[in-house]
Amino acid sequence: MDTISVNGNIIEWNEGMTVRDVLTVMKYSFRMLIIDVNGEHVRREQYDTYKVPKNSEVKVIHLMSGG
Amino acid sequence: MIFYYLNYANALFIFTILSFSKQKKINNKELEMSVKELKEKHKLLKAFSYSPKELFRGYTDRVLYINLDDNTVKEKAVPAKMKEKFIGGKGYGLRLLWDGTRPETKWNDNENEIIISPGPIAGITQYAGSGKSLVVSISPITDIVIDSNVGGYFGPFLKFSGFDALELQGKAKNDVIIVIDGVKNTVTIEEAPAEEINSHILAEQLTEMYADSSDPRDMKNVSVISAGKAAEHTMIGMLNFSWFDIKRKKCRLKQAGRGGIGTVFRDKKIKAVVVKAAGVTQDPNHVADMEPIRERGARFAKEMKELDPHQCRMKQEGTAHLVNIMNDYNLLPTNNFKFGSHKDADGLHSRVWNKKFTQGMNDGCWIGCTMNCCKGVDDFELKSGPYKGHKVIVDGPEYETAAGCGSNMGIFDADTVIELNFYCDTYGIDTISFGTMTAFAMECYENGIITKEHTGGLELNFGNIEASLELIHQMARGEGFGKIVGLGIRKMKKYFAENYGADMKFMNDIGMENKGLEYSQYVSKESLAQQGGYAMTNKGPQHDEAWLIFMDMVNNHIPTFEKKAEALHYFPMFRTWFGLMGLCKLPWNDVEPADNAQTAEPAKVPEHVDNYIAIYNAVTGSNIDKVEMIRQSERVYNFQRTFNIRRGYGLRKHDAQPYRAAGPVTVEEYKSLEEFYDKKMKDDIGTDPAGKTVEEKVAITRKYRENRYEQLLDAVYQRRGWTPNGVPKLEHMKQLGMDLPEVMEVLSKHQ
Repeated sequence: MDTISVNGNIIEWNEGMTVRDVLTVMKYSFRMLIIDVNGEHVRREQYDTYKVPKNSEVKVIHLMSGG
Repeated sequence: MIFYYLNYANALFIFTILSFSKQKKINNKELEMSVKELKEKHKLLKAFSYSPKELFRGYTDRVLYINLDDNTVKEKAVPAKMKEKFIGGKGYGLRLLWDGTRPETKWNDNENEIIISPGPIAGITQYAGSGKSLVVSISPITDIVIDSNVGGYFGPFLKFSGFDALELQGKAKNDVIIVIDGVKNTVTIEEAPAEEINSHILAEQLTEMYADSSDPRDMKNVSVISAGKAAEHTMIGMLNFSWFDIKRKKCRLKQAGRGGIGTVFRDKKIKAVVVKAAGVTQDPNHVADMEPIRERGARFAKEMKELDPHQCRMKQEGTAHLVNIMNDYNLLPTNNFKFGSHKDADGLHSRVWNKKFTQGMNDGCWIGCTMNCCKGVDDFELKSGPYKGHKVIVDGPEYETAAGCGSNMGIFDADTVIELNFYCDTYGIDTISFGTMTAFAMECYENGIITKEHTGGLELNFGNIEASLELIHQMARGEGFGKIVGLGIRKMKKYFAENYGADMKFMNDIGMENKGLEYSQYVSKESLAQQGGYAMTNKGPQHDEAWLIFMDMVNNHIPTFEKKAEALHYFPMFRTWFGLMGLCKLPWNDVEPADNAQTAEPAKVPEHVDNYIAIYNAVTGSNIDKVEMIRQSERVYNFQRTFNIRRGYGLRKHDAQPYRAAGPVTVEEYKSLEEFYDKKMKDDIGTDPAGKTVEEKVAITRKYRENRYEQLLDAVYQRRGWTPNGVPKLEHMKQLGMDLPEVMEVLSKHQ
């Protein structure tokens, strides 16, 4: 099974997997995010098109909200 | 224009008649009175005149002191040292409360005080969220200092009337209202026997009574503090601070919710405090330099306009946007924090709130707020209680209310949450504590600790809407099981143990309180840092000191004790600063600048931090930097810790948490996430769960997590400059410049 690491969690990788797909798999519905794939910053408008390579290290930084 | 105002006056008259005709339905003669008749029943107890004083760089350097024992009213000068060390807001409240009380003063002693102070930045209208007040008192449910922040117009109007703080002490013999007239520069104490107690009516009555006319431009110059009937019968009374919504032509209410200050207010027989200002000018604070404030405010307004629709949608949904997000991350408290999500949570989804809230209105709780997040539900028809059938405006629900009065009680019906929200507000009780304490009672009921015999027939199962509504009405009437629940979880546990033979150990595990205060509405089980963010707070588990769950649990940014300790130093200190200034925290981190991701520390939102420093310097003429900003907070934070120690609390043992906050108490909880917990056991603890019973696995997990929490306490105390027992070290206080003799005297006994 090919995998990627998302915030240190290992998940299955699929061919053509986009950043949006990663967010869906992880159930990351929060909207104030900073996303890096292998150290490269991915902008919000790229979420649907940016392809995540296998074995990638994805960082999805959630900023704070509420309270 | 004249035609318009005549029309408005006519409309208001008709509205008033309609309101009163509705009120007649409940057959309450007092409510049938006109405002004129209500006022005629007032008896003047004290009239006091003061010299006007304009603000200079955010301060008047005066406190208005009122003692209801003998109706003393006087001005008190703010000493330079107090201003330097305590800054304003919560700092002023703590300083005055320390001086006004003894270590053994109880919440209902005459000498207990309620202090309301907005802070130097409060009242500017050029930057969002600049109208907050901090309210400080000795709490009836924690027996330590409580502080609660609140919007509404009262705080800025108090400053415009000539005072940096209002200090209330003593008790009246009969119900009184206090009227601060910033136009005539007078203060009166008036017996007021006839007005309604409940806030949604009282705020309207007094706004109309004290406004110069029914012109909305005059009505908006009045703000009222009030509580409600349930504040008289429970320990969780809160204070409503009103603001007049010109567009809706109604009073809106914001709440100083936590810790029972409304209970203290009604114990003092204060029915309301009214302030009337002359109006709001461009620069009432007479700031040192307006230009940086304007520039930062414009920049922030642009962020709200362009970025908020893609980020938190605060303008459309307020903090209620978080409900479904918390559910997705297993953080939404469900059935007394047993679980973090629920299949029915879509009933409280943000899209539901988006439709319920009236869009396109002015929802800023202070003038000039471009975040506009205090949403409202208009024309909501009540289905229960004394106002059944009335159509009312409901302020909120905010996230905390939606979770507390919804999911945590097993309720996923938005209209029920709105109804509970309304009654909590008008009855003057805290939605957070109401939700958490009711959820605790429900779990006790489902475990057979209490039965229908004890509840007077109420079937307190999770999700029982009728029972939860009846409970709140009982609190307002001061009768039945509602009165017992209204004692708060800590006293409920004692009561159930003493009267029903309940198992105290189990109740301590599931009763979500720390220091006596009920938890606010986030599941902290999988975030050790947030466990500290809750239970190591000065006042009790309220998330306004630290909200670290994403940073810790999701981002995995602070994996070591050292990093968690750093976060539990920085964020509580940084967030304390808002409470010194009269600022709302939400504009800091509920919208992020477009380039925030490129900054070195995006979690701190550096551009917004820089905004605050620039604004503080521009208001006061100071020249602080981000290091001194934290120092200002540290002084006050450590003073508050010392205050608790002075009162016999504030030590390591008082930072203990209920195990429900840290992990699964029951087999049911463990089994709900068995695969997850088993993996954690293997990966984190190094123990193979295979072949073990669930009970054994619960015990192994518990031992590990409890030990981790103790290690966290050690790390955080060290970072904060405290002893292993949680006491600020003398040398640390010297370094902070907070080595005041009375502080060192208290601390030296515990080194």
